[in-house]
Amino acid sequence: MLPALWFWIVAAMLAAYVALDGFDLGAGIIHLMIARDDAERRQVLNAIGPVWDGNEVWLLAAGGTLYFAFPVLYSSSFSGFYLPLMIVLWLLILRGIAIEFRNHVESPVWHPLWDLVFAASSGLLAIFFGAALGNVVRGVPLDTSAEFFLPLWTDFRVSRDAGILDWYTILAGFTAFVALAAHGALWVAFKTKDAVQARAEGAAKRAWWLLVLLTVLLTSASFGIQPHLVESFRAYPWVYVFPLLAIAGLAGMARARGRNAFLSSCAYLTGMLASVAAGLFPYVLPSIGDAASSLSIYNASASSYGLTIGLAWFIPGMLLVTGYFVYTYRHFPD
Amino acid sequence: MDALTIHRLHFAFTVTFHYLFPQLTMGLALLIVVLKTIALRTGDEHYHTAARFWARIFAINFAVGVVTGIPMEFQFGTNWARFSKAAGGVIGQTLAMEGVFSFFLESSFLGLFLYGEKRLPPFAHWIAAFLVFLGSWLSGFFIIATNAWMQHPVGYGIGQNGEIVLMSFAGLIFNGWTFWQYLHNMTGAVVTASFAMAATGAYYLLADRDLDFGRTFVRVGVVAAGIASCLMLYPTGDGQGRNIAYHQPVTLAAMEGLFETEHGAPIAILGQPDMERQRLDNPLLVPNALSFLTYQRWKATVRGLNSFPRENWPDNVPLLYYSYHIMVGLGTIFIAILALEWLALWRGRLYSSRPLLWILMLSVPFPYIATTAGWTTAELGRQPWVVYGLMRTAQGSSQNVSAGNALFTLIGFMGMYLVLGILFLFLVSREIARGPSGEHA
Repeated sequence: MLPALWFWIVAAMLAAYVALDGFDLGAGIIHLMIARDDAERRQVLNAIGPVWDGNEVWLLAAGGTLYFAFPVLYSSSFSGFYLPLMIVLWLLILRGIAIEFRNHVESPVWHPLWDLVFAASSGLLAIFFGAALGNVVRGVPLDTSAEFFLPLWTDFRVSRDAGILDWYTILAGFTAFVALAAHGALWVAFKTKDAVQARAEGAAKRAWWLLVLLTVLLTSASFGIQPHLVESFRAYPWVYVFPLLAIAGLAGMARARGRNAFLSSCAYLTGMLASVAAGLFPYVLPSIGDAASSLSIYNASASSYGLTIGLAWFIPGMLLVTGYFVYTYRHFPD
Repeated sequence: MDALTIHRLHFAFTVTFHYLFPQLTMGLALLIVVLKTIALRTGDEHYHTAARFWARIFAINFAVGVVTGIPMEFQFGTNWARFSKAAGGVIGQTLAMEGVFSFFLESSFLGLFLYGEKRLPPFAHWIAAFLVFLGSWLSGFFIIATNAWMQHPVGYGIGQNGEIVLMSFAGLIFNGWTFWQYLHNMTGAVVTASFAMAATGAYYLLADRDLDFGRTFVRVGVVAAGIASCLMLYPTGDGQGRNIAYHQPVTLAAMEGLFETEHGAPIAILGQPDMERQRLDNPLLVPNALSFLTYQRWKATVRGLNSFPRENWPDNVPLLYYSYHIMVGLGTIFIAILALEWLALWRGRLYSSRPLLWILMLSVPFPYIATTAGWTTAELGRQPWVVYGLMRTAQGSSQNVSAGNALFTLIGFMGMYLVLGILFLFLVSREIARGPSGEHA
């Protein structure tokens, strides 16, 4: 019961991270395309400037929560995914300073440099995050002591010898890239005016068609390579609410405008992530080939005392966080 | 190099570089609250402008602190998987609490503090500054509580698979070790920030520009640095020393370079540990001082390294000895310098005394060195354990990450941080050159 509760708490925090930091990653992906001059790029950056850092905190908080609730999963997956995680760290560093340092120097050389770093790091991060989720769905070659180590790539086939990147995880990475590009475009369209807004809406529209196609491809591929997803959806039909939420979100992204279009995109991302979480449950890191070595919420979680006491500070903590977010988004400078 | 050495260097390098930034963040957050409080109470625009100037430097420093902090959390899993697997259920608590209680607070209100001054009433803006301060000091607390548990594990049990299980949350949070270590560390952050502020003020006075601000920065900086430097020595340094004497006596012996057990042990002011002959070369000793400081009795017995099994000695005694001595030596020099500066300030001569201003301006790197040496003492002193007495460092690293892969990422971080350091210095020196009044833009 407690491990299951923490499973959903961590999943919800990761979903909050994707929905929130996702829009500023997406803004990074598209800003070179939709903002043509320095003033327009500043408009895009102002749309995320005061909140991006708070959004990224969801990643750290989710990481910390994962660490204490599922220490075995944390140690196994972080060391096994060593190389891609280090690359993610370097990208997060570059992206953070690109946003923060850009406006400190007024120069026609300084600004484009950081704009480029911001775009490239945002795009690569989206791809890596998608590929990471793909790796979790596909599973990894866990040994009996819950260890593994994956090279970046091998022969790009889905097998026990697969690397971080195979055709499936690349597809997941590309889907994440397009999904966050659309998400960011809808946020920018909601927060900006005039030419930038019009171009952002155009970008979202073009990304949408691609996203529908990729969602269909990725979903069928996922059910193909991870049999546990099929079992979960068969055993618990209520789980279908999550894919339905994602579909409703997709529909809303195409029809609504402004705030509602952005919220639809949040629904799409949340629905997709919740589908994965519900489909994998109770597994947190499946093993390829040898199901007995898979990590589940039962063999990867901390003691029940730790999980109980965790609730005692987590619940009031999250109420505070909700308060901060409501307050800061309300005082968002327009 | 073997994989363990590289994993240790990996963490040592990234955490040392990282902590150059939070120490200024935490100290400066307090000093900005001080400036904002004076501004609010006197209504003097001068102090608002001063606070705004330091907020600009704070923002640059904070950004580097944030981006270099993320790798710290990750590395527990990536490079220290066996340690995390065993102890994650305990130290994960405090690390997760840092995210929930301090990072959200800091990041939410820093945006409001930096961008919201025009739209917020003055008191609300003060609150934003205060909450940034609170967030950063809470963050320090959770990290120290984590480190304190590794130095002095309490409130735990051992589970079925050999993992360390949390048994008492109160024990973890109110670990006796945390109290002095936290105060010592936070006071150190204030020393760094107040020296930075005083040095900047001294530069303006020496350069004959922004004189009003120069005087304010020197005054606030010197007063704060004086108070904080004294608190470093007593009671926080003394308390932390006693933590070590009672719970890590072998570490105390190594820090002091004491090889043989002595009744009435001396303190070595100078001297180099000679590990082959097991003695201190050319020592300059204060007789009985170590016994007195540790046990308040001149003839108390202090155990030397040789009375402990060799496998429990910290694995790098000379480096531990030097870092400890550099920390204490610098701390003593700070107090001496600040006594002179206080005297001149009190007599009203500080702003025109060029030698004293030069000393202040050139002093800025030394608190950073002292802090780094202090943390090196704490971390080397804990060796050969990752969790003192429970788990050896050699048993904590990730076995599945090879030496080659770890070296690749260590080199990557070195390159990345070199660039970050250059960018930081470039941007901060631009802000200082531009000045608080903005007249030198």
